[in-house]
Amino acid sequence: MGIDRRGFLKHLAGIGSAAVVGKTTKAIAQEHFTGYPDRFGVLVDLTVCIGCRKCEWACKEVNKLPNKPIAEYEDKSVFEEKRRTHADTFTIVNRFENSQNSAEPIFVKKQCMHCDEPACASACLVKAFTKTPEGAVIYNPKVCIGCRYCMAACPFNIPAYQYDDAFTPEVTKCTFCFDRIRREGGVPGCVEMCPVEALIFGKRSELLELAHDRIRNNPGEYVNHVYGENEVGGTSWMYISPVPFEEVGFRTDLGVTPIPQYSRGFLSMVSVVLVTWPALCMGFYSFSKRREQLAKAESEKSGEEQ
Amino acid sequence: MADKVVTRESWVRQNLFLGMNLRDYVKSNLTPFNYVAAIILVIGLPVMAYRIIYGLGPATNLSDNNPWGLWIGFDMMTGVALAAGGFVMGTAVHLFGMKEYRPLVRPAILTGFLGYLFAVIGLMFDLGRYYRLPYPIFVSLGVNSILFLVAWHVALYLTCQFVEWCPAIFEWLDMKKFRKIFLNLTIGATIFGVILSTLHQSALGSLFLLMPSKLHPLWYSSLIPVFFFVSAIIGGITMTIVESMLSHRVFKEQVPKIAMDHAHFDRITIGLGKAASALLFTYFCLKLIGVAHGNDWHYVNTNYGYWWLVEVIGFILIPAFLFAFGVRNDNAKLIRVTAIVTVIGVALNRVNQSIICFNWNAEEQYIPHWMEVVITITIITIGLITFRWIINRMPILYDHPDYEVEEH
Repeated sequence: MGIDRRGFLKHLAGIGSAAVVGKTTKAIAQEHFTGYPDRFGVLVDLTVCIGCRKCEWACKEVNKLPNKPIAEYEDKSVFEEKRRTHADTFTIVNRFENSQNSAEPIFVKKQCMHCDEPACASACLVKAFTKTPEGAVIYNPKVCIGCRYCMAACPFNIPAYQYDDAFTPEVTKCTFCFDRIRREGGVPGCVEMCPVEALIFGKRSELLELAHDRIRNNPGEYVNHVYGENEVGGTSWMYISPVPFEEVGFRTDLGVTPIPQYSRGFLSMVSVVLVTWPALCMGFYSFSKRREQLAKAESEKSGEEQ
Repeated sequence: MADKVVTRESWVRQNLFLGMNLRDYVKSNLTPFNYVAAIILVIGLPVMAYRIIYGLGPATNLSDNNPWGLWIGFDMMTGVALAAGGFVMGTAVHLFGMKEYRPLVRPAILTGFLGYLFAVIGLMFDLGRYYRLPYPIFVSLGVNSILFLVAWHVALYLTCQFVEWCPAIFEWLDMKKFRKIFLNLTIGATIFGVILSTLHQSALGSLFLLMPSKLHPLWYSSLIPVFFFVSAIIGGITMTIVESMLSHRVFKEQVPKIAMDHAHFDRITIGLGKAASALLFTYFCLKLIGVAHGNDWHYVNTNYGYWWLVEVIGFILIPAFLFAFGVRNDNAKLIRVTAIVTVIGVALNRVNQSIICFNWNAEEQYIPHWMEVVITITIITIGLITFRWIINRMPILYDHPDYEVEEH
């Protein structure tokens, strides 16, 4: 097949349609994002939490998950093992030894951290996750295809899957009670329930100040670290602790780079490949074609001479 | 009227029953391979139904901590890497003009097409809502995602490979006009295929870029896209060597029709071995650079490090030398054996990357459920049966005597 001008244009058309795909991927290579200015957050003070697990109960009530009577949450045997979030459990409280004071264990509530630049959202190929200006990372089950890349990508291992639902399984996780907090004066179910104010809801920027104030004003009470201030680029939920965070189940090796940042280098390479590869390929093709023609002409010529 | 019936009957006989009548055709299929395949299907198909009816929970060992298992790590990651032969051979022959390798193009493209097709079929079992497979293409476009790129490119690339395979289909069906149309599309499809392959092979690896805290540092590197691309080319080349070796044994009766004598076959096998050797040396250096980048050398002297050495020395460096040795000594047999080792090595890398070294620091380790293994084996079996069905009917290994050789 010789490549005439029409053929060449046809190839270009094909490449053009690829560029449409490429163009859309370019939107990710945006500038550093410092988070929505007025986003909400929750500050968890680990020195205050008493491990009553009432937040677990409230969470299930608010989110209409299968629940037990509140009295059963007084059962302390669940602390024997470390738990994580699951399909019908958006938050859990774990108990840790206190290296400072062995008489007072430390209780750590775990739920979605609501990252400023969420890994789950950058993983999702159908845009099922959205970081709202209010700070919540919310999930839309209407488009989810169930690839579970969000779960693999989450540095905090939060999203869970309804593995036992055969036909309409969904990813589940804490919603930051988005429907409540978007309303004036609304607070998340767990925060409302907390009897000791271990959970404080407010503007993230104000909570951050409060956290640093508490650390500054109570020397020796806290380690000088607000977990979530900078971790993976910052999260809406933040913690202050009397002991180093790695002692109470936090990963302190996650770094401060937002997870989506790790894929930007590759994604920005995509358009380069889309533009240069066709040219390279056509170049190689024309080169080998020309060489072939020359060889043919040569052999014909030598044939004539004989 | 009667005439027409006769022609239709003979068409079925000629094209579907390999020129036999129904009884002979059925009889010819009572072979040991088919008995084994039948047993696998008898077990596998109900297991597939079980997965569909009862869901991922009862049928797999997937969990909230280990959301990806055998179907992603092996069926998808390995399947796509080993199916790269289609684009590698297409590029070599159609774009670089290495005509000597032409007899390997059609088998490689068929292997590639079926490899991708069955990888996607495997994916259907893994997806929670498989019936929404077209969503990333048509309904909700998550353009920020590397997986979005993979989905689009695999879909487009499947189309490309189908276009490249079409001339063989229309030769089989004796439809000259359609054959001509698709033959004219070959160069376009090849170029488009190269672009798509470059991007989605590397994108498959880049999926792991988002998991620096979960993947072992010896496997996590910002060079993952390059690792995946280079090793996919290696996988494609070595799979082509293995596949052509097996085809020449299994489809013995077709060998005389192939426009390639034994010496020619050995020569191009050695040529592929030469390419594989160079690429393996490159890949080995890249792997070292990856570790040097992160300054992760201290991990080498750990259990995971020893496992990394098995992969990098045993399945990259040693095969690189063996290929070089085989090329030097004109030893096609050594090239073929080394190709088998390298294919296993590429598969091992994909499984390491997505299963064994994923969540390396977590307590809960994933081991596939027997049903996951059975479904994987069943899909491979159906793939092999499909491959054989096509090879036995269409001019894939040989040139159709009624058609001139396609020249570009």
